[in-house]
Amino acid sequence: MADHTLDAKGLNCPLPILKARKALKEVPADGILEILATDPGSVADFEAFCRQTGNELIEHSVDDDVYRFLIKHTGS
Amino acid sequence: MSEEKSMSIIVTKGSLDWAYPPFILATTAAAMGLPVTMFFTFYGLPLLFKKLDLQVTAAGNPAMKMPMMGGHMGLPNLVTAIPGVDAACSVMMKNLIKKKGVASIDDLREAAVDMEVRMIGCQMTMDLFEYGKEDMIDGIEIGGAATYIECATQADINLFI
Repeated sequence: MADHTLDAKGLNCPLPILKARKALKEVPADGILEILATDPGSVADFEAFCRQTGNELIEHSVDDDVYRFLIKHTGS
Repeated sequence: MSEEKSMSIIVTKGSLDWAYPPFILATTAAAMGLPVTMFFTFYGLPLLFKKLDLQVTAAGNPAMKMPMMGGHMGLPNLVTAIPGVDAACSVMMKNLIKKKGVASIDDLREAAVDMEVRMIGCQMTMDLFEYGKEDMIDGIEIGGAATYIECATQADINLFI
């Protein structure tokens, strides 16, 4: 289960990333942040964000135009 | 994260459309853990004003076409010279920005301040166009070319926008 859920639906680049950065501060180390977004560009962007910050993108899926990301807070 | 990278951006343009790239890149880089410095010079300097009143113009920009009635519409240069056309274009773009969930420049600037992006206003530009530090938001520095160059020599990414 996610420790924290961020609803970034309807937001465009770079807001999902900026809000995820803020939300990660609320997630304990090794905790899970769930993000819901509708921006198709967020798939590539969250992959890049996680590679750069050392957080782990555990999974991402898409359902009915809503992208769901699970990020494990392993980095900064 | 392997080693800490950093970024600097020279911001030289202050219209509504041109304000986006520097603020989007600065906030995103800061969110990804990079220390970021923005140097505001010439027409970029007004982006540091307390009250932002950003406008866009289609004049001299044939690539600027707005989605309209299922198609895209641009304006001939002659039409852009008519009083009120720039204001109408600006309102139209601000409506699109809101509708498409794009952040406002005010919001992005606030995010940049929150994430401790270093912002430097160009002293020479302030003298040239007669602006004072009291016109600018709090927390910025004032500096010149040498201040920027020192920062740029330390940065991995240096952009001029």
